[in-house]
Amino acid sequence: MSKMLFEKSVEGRKGVSLPAMDVPAVDMPANLKRNKLAEIGEYSELDVVRHYTNLSLKNFSVDTHFYPLGSCTMKYNPKVCETVARFDGLAAIHPMMPVSGGLDMCQGALELIYELENHLSEVTGMSATTLQPLAGAHGEMLGIMLIASYHRAKGNKKKYVIVPDSSHGTNPATASMMGYEIITVKTADYGDMDLDEFKEKMNDEVAAVMMTNPNTLGVFNPYIKEISEVAHAHDAMLYYDGANLNAILGKVRPGDLGFDVVHVNLHKTYATPHGSGGPGAGPVGCSAKLEPFLPQPRVVKTGDKFSLNYDKENPRITSYFGNYGVLVKAYTYALMMGSDGLKDVAEKAVLNANYIMQKLKPYYDLPYDKTCMHECVFSASRQVEKGVHALDIAKGLIDRGFHPPTVYFPLIVPEAMMIEPTETESKQTMDEFIDAMIEIAGIVDTDPDSLHHAPVTRPVTRLDETQAARQVNVRYQKDA
Amino acid sequence: MKFTPHTAQEVAEMLGTIGVSEIDDLFAPIPAELKTEGLDLPKGISEPEAVRQLKKLSGKNKADMTCFLGGGVYDHFIPSAVDAISSRPEFYTAYTPYQPEASQGTLQALYEFQTMMCEMTGMEASNASMYDGGTALAEAALMALRISKKRNKIVIDSSVNPVHKKIVETYLSFLDAEVIDVVYGSGESVEKYIDGTVAGFLFQNPAFDGTVQDFTDIVAKVQADKSVAVASVYPISLGAVKSPGEMGFDVAVGDGQSLGNPLSFGGPYFGFMTTTKKHIRNLPGRITGKTVDTEGRDGYVLTLQAREQHIRRAKATSNICSNQSLCAMNGLFYMALMGSKGLEDVAALCKSKAEYAKEKLAELDGVSVVNDGITFNEFVIELPVNASEVCAKTAKNSILAGIPFGHYVEGAENKLLVAITEQRTKEEIDSLVSEIGGAI
Repeated sequence: MSKMLFEKSVEGRKGVSLPAMDVPAVDMPANLKRNKLAEIGEYSELDVVRHYTNLSLKNFSVDTHFYPLGSCTMKYNPKVCETVARFDGLAAIHPMMPVSGGLDMCQGALELIYELENHLSEVTGMSATTLQPLAGAHGEMLGIMLIASYHRAKGNKKKYVIVPDSSHGTNPATASMMGYEIITVKTADYGDMDLDEFKEKMNDEVAAVMMTNPNTLGVFNPYIKEISEVAHAHDAMLYYDGANLNAILGKVRPGDLGFDVVHVNLHKTYATPHGSGGPGAGPVGCSAKLEPFLPQPRVVKTGDKFSLNYDKENPRITSYFGNYGVLVKAYTYALMMGSDGLKDVAEKAVLNANYIMQKLKPYYDLPYDKTCMHECVFSASRQVEKGVHALDIAKGLIDRGFHPPTVYFPLIVPEAMMIEPTETESKQTMDEFIDAMIEIAGIVDTDPDSLHHAPVTRPVTRLDETQAARQVNVRYQKDA
Repeated sequence: MKFTPHTAQEVAEMLGTIGVSEIDDLFAPIPAELKTEGLDLPKGISEPEAVRQLKKLSGKNKADMTCFLGGGVYDHFIPSAVDAISSRPEFYTAYTPYQPEASQGTLQALYEFQTMMCEMTGMEASNASMYDGGTALAEAALMALRISKKRNKIVIDSSVNPVHKKIVETYLSFLDAEVIDVVYGSGESVEKYIDGTVAGFLFQNPAFDGTVQDFTDIVAKVQADKSVAVASVYPISLGAVKSPGEMGFDVAVGDGQSLGNPLSFGGPYFGFMTTTKKHIRNLPGRITGKTVDTEGRDGYVLTLQAREQHIRRAKATSNICSNQSLCAMNGLFYMALMGSKGLEDVAALCKSKAEYAKEKLAELDGVSVVNDGITFNEFVIELPVNASEVCAKTAKNSILAGIPFGHYVEGAENKLLVAITEQRTKEEIDSLVSEIGGAI
């Protein structure tokens, strides 16, 4: 195991040199002054670079490994997007630069926001888009806020949000964070929210129905139009969780399906890197009736000039304009894709997922056996009979050089393995992955115990998560 | 430019395996009448064309200004090594470390990040980042409501940035919760709200007008009343200013932009949140913990996941999923490179230069410093004329003089919020003074 950085500290080392003080030194008065310095340690630049470069080598990533993590859309992140996001005119400008008073100091920055908003409105079929939400779940929160604001303005008394049992955890978590009670509808054998149960549970106190379409089983809901009509008949809004938008780019638009609000995960669909967990970006599109409730400030265009409109009554969900650096990358990707490229993305993503599904079907159980969209969900239930679980298969894949699929999600599939190859992976890479999955299925019959010990090729073997939760240790302490 | 590698022959082979004749057959589950006829967007362009277009947009922004803007985002020096390390694709093209054996790099880095944030804020536990400073404060208010269970009031002190106040109000406006706003300049103290009914009190240090305070006494009173005391802090100031831990706060939050993240027109930055051991299970977001593997070796995992949305769903402590990991790692690399001593030096440079600027500006006819207390690197001056007009004039000579204070406070049109970082030389400060002198 690697030493902690802190164990490498040597008093007197310096990693950065700063200009000398060119004004008289003034200290904080004693009553406001920090007594004990933060113990960060002292290192040379090389100490720091080498420590973290070596740590980085312990990671799997898209650039180094196939990463079919279902629902996360781990596609390739084009390098040009990294380059442009570092242009001084985009990276070195302060968000409070003056935009008015005849000072056109950041017209290009505002133009990019305006253009990307319009692009996303067209792709999702919505009447307006804001780029402010800082992640998918932040977008969900804004979406539910828009819906709540709409009902409040109309005097509607609403208490509930309906979610299918296959939904992402963020859906019920968000609705609950916004003060709603959750009604869950189970999944029918056709692989999506049971239409009859949905109709039964629908009532006038339902504020919103949150759907992912295609859903987390990779199934496109065949009754979506009917769901939309039933919801709207009760003045409930239909929310589109854009986690799986990659599957339908240029094929069908949420707005045309009757959705009132959409969030888009730019770190999934628009190829911005996932950054070991973030930053993402979760722009929200909405229909005309929700547009008045969008958060301030809005970028507006008058003639050929862009400016900011702060409507003081409207909510604020972040301090500025969103994760701007991420938006720059997404916009660059959007330009390179264009209408033809986006459609190609959806086609190849769906082709890849169906290819893997077809190839692995003889070896693993497929609870919803039908044409899938961008991802397919297998169950390890057959392997469980031999004592091998989805987790063991995942760890076996790590030893074979593949990042595992999402496991144990969606919750409605026992021993779920959710595979999303994305469109950027080649047939060769997928064939190697398929071979590894088939090899593992064989080992389940011949030497199941070996999988319980996987992985054996990484810097650590399986880690004790129970101990981590019981003897909580979340920070280094010198004497511990 | 497309990034799909498929040749026509491969597509044909794959379709054959699947047992359909064309790709469109795979989209049959979508009812035909719902399909779009095609997006009304231009066709895709090549990489060099995209670069040219972005260069053009970039060129329309003035990046070569001398910046005295702050308001929560500051023009600090970023060592080259920060971007060099975070440009490792093993970090930036990985995702949340759900599979710890394939993510020890990220996990150990985040554990070190948590350690450093605890050290900086003087607290005992940290999460692995929030979205930004404003949303971290809103999450801290929600955390206070969870801890206090039956209480539903949050009091926000006048020191808190009005934009952050608005974010907290927005987050709480859909819940059964009441936000009490102690308005800046009202002269009111939060003390009168300590009455056994408040879940949490939110403070900011330095205040958004730059004033530094010692909140130790008020924190003790808040806690004696079983309320949660939250501090929003500017991490660079913590190289000089008494930490939230030293003042006894229960929760510390803030925006980590100043730690190694470029200005980038408002983001991505990162929020942080630290607390005491007692409240660790009420933290929102990802937390990295240390444990052992089957061979007894040290290793790191995401821990206390039973708080989180993917497990607890509607009962989670927060809906947060993606956070701002890579920005937090920029913060980690920055703090490591600066070291304990470097962080103290940066704070000393900021404080000293700001004192110099304050003194010189106050010497101008008709200009006075508004803060009546000690400041760190930011302060408000009163001008004899409209601050926006002064900024427009100095901008013509490439100086961004500050943020017109009217942006935050009504009726403050003649006031200007000025921030000084270690990046500003004495010469630049002198030009700021003479430009403002010339503009009034």
